[in-house]
Amino acid sequence: MIQFILNNEVIKTTANAGITLVDFIRDHQQLKGTKIGCREGDCGACTVLVGTLNNSQITYKSITSCISPLGNANGKHIVTIEGINLPKNLNFTQKKMADNYATQCGYCTPGFVVSLVGYALEKSPQTTSTCNDAISGNICRCTGYKSIEKAANSIDQKLLGKDSNNSISWLIEEGFLPTYFKEIPQKLQRLQPIELAKRGTIVANGTDVYVRNADQLSEEKVHLISDEKALKGIVFTKDKCIIGANTTATEILQNEQLNTIFPSLKKFLKLISSEQIRNMGTLGGNFVNASPIGDMSIFFLALNSELTLQHTSGSVRKIPFQEFHKDYKVVDLKEGELIVAISFNIPIANFNFEKVSKRTHLDIATVNAACEIAAKNNVISYAHFSMGGVAPIPKYLSKTNQFLKNKTIGISTIKEAEKVLQSEINPISDVRGTETYKRALAKQLFYAHFITLFPQLINFQNLVSK
Amino acid sequence: MKNIDSFGHVRGESLFVDDITTLQGTLYGVTFDSPKAHGTIKNIDYSTAESLEGVVKIFTYKDILGENQIGGIIPDEPLWAEGEVHFIGQPIAFIVATSEAIAKKSRALITIEIDEKPVITTAKEAKEKGSFINAPRSFKLGNTTTSFSNCKYVIEGETFSNGQEHLYLETQGCYAIPMENGNIKITSSTQGPTSVQKTVAKVLGVSMHKIEVDVIRLGGGFGGKEDQATPWAVMAAVAVQNLKKPVKYILNRHDDLRMTGKRHPYESTFKIGLSKELKIQAFEVEFLQNSGAAADLSPAIAERTLFHATNSYFIPNVTTTVHSCKTNLPPNTAFRGFGGPQGMFVIEAAIAKAAEEIGVNKKKIQELNLLSENDEFSYGQIATQVEIKNSWTSAKSNFNSAKLEEEIVNFNNKNAQYKKGLSFMPITFGISFTNTPMNHARALIHIYQDGSVGVSTGAVEMGQSVNTKMLQVASETLGISTSKVKLETTNTTRVANTSPTAASATADLNGKAVLKACNSLIDRLTTVASALLAVDKDVIEFKNNMIYANQQQTSLTWEKVVEQAMFERVALSENAHYATPIIHFDKSKEKGHPFAYHVYGTAITIVTVDCLRGTYEIDAVKIVHDFGKSMNIGIDVGQVEGALVQGIGWMTLEEISYNEQGQLLSNALSTYKVPDVFSAPKTIEVLPLKTLGNEQAIFKSKAVGEPPLMYGIGAYFAIQNAVKEFNPNYQLKFDAPFTPEKVLMGLYEE
Repeated sequence: MIQFILNNEVIKTTANAGITLVDFIRDHQQLKGTKIGCREGDCGACTVLVGTLNNSQITYKSITSCISPLGNANGKHIVTIEGINLPKNLNFTQKKMADNYATQCGYCTPGFVVSLVGYALEKSPQTTSTCNDAISGNICRCTGYKSIEKAANSIDQKLLGKDSNNSISWLIEEGFLPTYFKEIPQKLQRLQPIELAKRGTIVANGTDVYVRNADQLSEEKVHLISDEKALKGIVFTKDKCIIGANTTATEILQNEQLNTIFPSLKKFLKLISSEQIRNMGTLGGNFVNASPIGDMSIFFLALNSELTLQHTSGSVRKIPFQEFHKDYKVVDLKEGELIVAISFNIPIANFNFEKVSKRTHLDIATVNAACEIAAKNNVISYAHFSMGGVAPIPKYLSKTNQFLKNKTIGISTIKEAEKVLQSEINPISDVRGTETYKRALAKQLFYAHFITLFPQLINFQNLVSK
Repeated sequence: MKNIDSFGHVRGESLFVDDITTLQGTLYGVTFDSPKAHGTIKNIDYSTAESLEGVVKIFTYKDILGENQIGGIIPDEPLWAEGEVHFIGQPIAFIVATSEAIAKKSRALITIEIDEKPVITTAKEAKEKGSFINAPRSFKLGNTTTSFSNCKYVIEGETFSNGQEHLYLETQGCYAIPMENGNIKITSSTQGPTSVQKTVAKVLGVSMHKIEVDVIRLGGGFGGKEDQATPWAVMAAVAVQNLKKPVKYILNRHDDLRMTGKRHPYESTFKIGLSKELKIQAFEVEFLQNSGAAADLSPAIAERTLFHATNSYFIPNVTTTVHSCKTNLPPNTAFRGFGGPQGMFVIEAAIAKAAEEIGVNKKKIQELNLLSENDEFSYGQIATQVEIKNSWTSAKSNFNSAKLEEEIVNFNNKNAQYKKGLSFMPITFGISFTNTPMNHARALIHIYQDGSVGVSTGAVEMGQSVNTKMLQVASETLGISTSKVKLETTNTTRVANTSPTAASATADLNGKAVLKACNSLIDRLTTVASALLAVDKDVIEFKNNMIYANQQQTSLTWEKVVEQAMFERVALSENAHYATPIIHFDKSKEKGHPFAYHVYGTAITIVTVDCLRGTYEIDAVKIVHDFGKSMNIGIDVGQVEGALVQGIGWMTLEEISYNEQGQLLSNALSTYKVPDVFSAPKTIEVLPLKTLGNEQAIFKSKAVGEPPLMYGIGAYFAIQNAVKEFNPNYQLKFDAPFTPEKVLMGLYEE
């Protein structure tokens, strides 16, 4: 049995854990404010909030309920648009949306409102998201967004006065939330959910498998792993960073130490999907998905990472991440094996991540690229370049890396290395771009790494301009 | 005032078709559609699919009691394919089951054999093979042949503009329920309730009065639900007729993307001639419209392309021709602008190319050729109350375009990696259905005996806030507060024989009908009030819920007058009909006065291109727009911003992609990208042009739905200017959308 709180109501249901959360909300609970736009996490009309209790503190994240298995709600507080309505009046967010003409046809609107309320709940001096990030996963086809941005900005202004220590009380007082939110932590503590059976298809947060297979999973058994503590967490040892496979992109984005290691981490990760999907998508999922353009795969390949795999029997295996992807959608994962963690050596050398897609945000890369380059006196001691969208697998560019070793950074080295790079990639023409374009992009992004990392030596004029 | 729906919208309480509480025993439908783009059906095996538990019945053309025909303008489109299939996604059968999941599973069990035939996916290929929807149309003014020989500059070129997916957030859908005596009530997400009613009646073989169509609201339409909401409602109705059970059919996104038509791609060739003084003397263009496999609204869309082929410019010698080319794609359909944008893109391309070859700034040619009062359009209408120069100069001065241009020059001089580009985009868009007989509407007003008011019109609310405007007209005319007025659903039993909500004209047509009805009611109530107050009728006014006599408020309330009228057996309901005066068009001569008026405006677009990565951002779009005298500026500015961003999407990142087998590759939201919050312009400024408005517009507040979409064309040319700034060798190309791929290839072409 799955137990959770839906808005202000305790739900106990024997529905299959594999059905989507949105279907449960709309069909089983007849809450019709959550809309269905695409069923692949790409429009945000079905956005809901998930509240998770950690030591009596509750944190809320926005997710797309269309690709989220119901079972993942077990023990959580799920908030739909109905759950943030005040009895009579509009809540603060809703009022700003209405006042700024930020709703036209109204179909996407509940999703935007929920995303913005999620932002209000999360907002603190440490928050890395902006109000636009909060709605990065919400598509509106009517307004052109400016009115929504106006509403969002006025919410942002209001939140400057938020009392972070008493976040929920403040939000209730200021008319953002109904009063019942205050009692939710205690209610959740009393809930005592039962651990769900672990059989069938392994699903973390569903951002990939549910896009492809929601119909089937709705009727089958699912083995949900997103709550497995063993797979979570970001740990630092003296010379290593170890990240659990269940870590979400948001958890990486918000990790202070990682932000120190990668000063541009926010910039990089905000190119990856949307707020809602970053709140769900896990590292392990991105690796196993084995998409040739998996952003996190490209990121960690360039860190020369190591994967830890564990069999249900308990046996543990460690492999270099660059050996994990064997061929198109073929990975080195044996029956009964699970990715447990990925690790890389710290400190790291110069690191950069690049991504070009048709739409800059919430889009799959045409080509993405990352690199770590260590250099002493401008001589490269080692280089790890990786690139997506140019091969059947997320590509670790071994030949290019080999070529660059011990070379002096300079225009001619880069241009020669780019030739090596072209020789080891094999992009195909598809809906994201022609082969010619992908090869051109490969070159540009390769150059972009050097321009970004070694501005004293390499700049756009001397490397690229005619 | 705000959108009257905004309270329900932001609370998630507004109802869309999929949100209606279903009746017990409701069944669910799914379409089985052609997996091949062209061929003869050899065999279909439904046996396994039919025997699946929960499947109630699989409907095919054999189950149709009336006609298997849904074509609107031309009867060339079966509801369900019989012997031949003409596009991937063409409906063949309709599976009805106890749940959508079962219907989908059943669909996967159907096997089909098709003898494949050659597939045409482009307009050019269709033309070469003589595959057309109908005969070509041509508009002519003056004589281009003689004029070209006198031109100093003659420039030729070709253009392509791709299609565009509507991507209404709410997919197509309907819910049909059986009523007594074989009547059927259909709640549909359609812009054209009457066309649903008419087509259902025809296919079912029943009279129209047996079919009631109700529309609550649409989660976006943009033209995609003008004609193409119909087949799904008809399918559900056929099932209801047969099964006598409620049937719900909401398309999932993939089915919707695959089976429905889009904005028409156009391939065009142009020839433009200019005098030494840069006056455009002659313009010839041949438009090849990729119509898809059936007519749908293509002939009407083709016609509007011709109407807007010269955009905002006066050209004394014009020859334009359009061919509606029949291909093996889903029938393409109405999309905000209705062929106008495709026409305007070509003339803008022609001017850009001319400017490039002559060696002048495009803006100079644009400015020198803007329409003046009493200029003649190629279709014979004389331009009056022309505001295009006014909007142009107003944009230049209000936004200080000289300074903007100087800043861009400085920026480009200083920056190697980033280049900025600027463009001017004037628009002139005609308001009215170009098919004159469609320009009429009705309204039905009930004043209830407690003084509250219900308003029904033929207008469909799809986010454009037409209901808000109708409510404004009613409350203002009746002199009562807006809280006393309710907008009813759009229902064919209350307001019949409606034109679809389209052509930007819905608020004008229905608003004028509301105005007329309210005036009649006020006239009757004035008689009642004058007796009560013992004053002359002509000194009485209704305002602020009170009755005024000689501009003085009396103690007589609206409620009291209504109560008295009821007592005196005065009719408190009124039905009014409005038909646009002035307009006419003679298709045999291709001349007339098809538009009630034109909407004008000018946009300045500024973009920044990252010349390393080939990506771009839209920095700003600054618009001076002719709203007439806007009756609701908040709503109207929202229409401008929304249309602009949709137009920018069409011109930049929205890329429809079919392979040679006619299969849609951009078949999901993961592969078809519409603008998100970050790809919208960083700033949009909209200044209303100061004008007197136009009497043909409701309260002189001009139509606003479609015209601003075409400001988006400016983004194409701004990006092009930035690319050219970086790469002087870049050869101008007119191949929209200007995707990051085309930008990068352009930046580095030799």
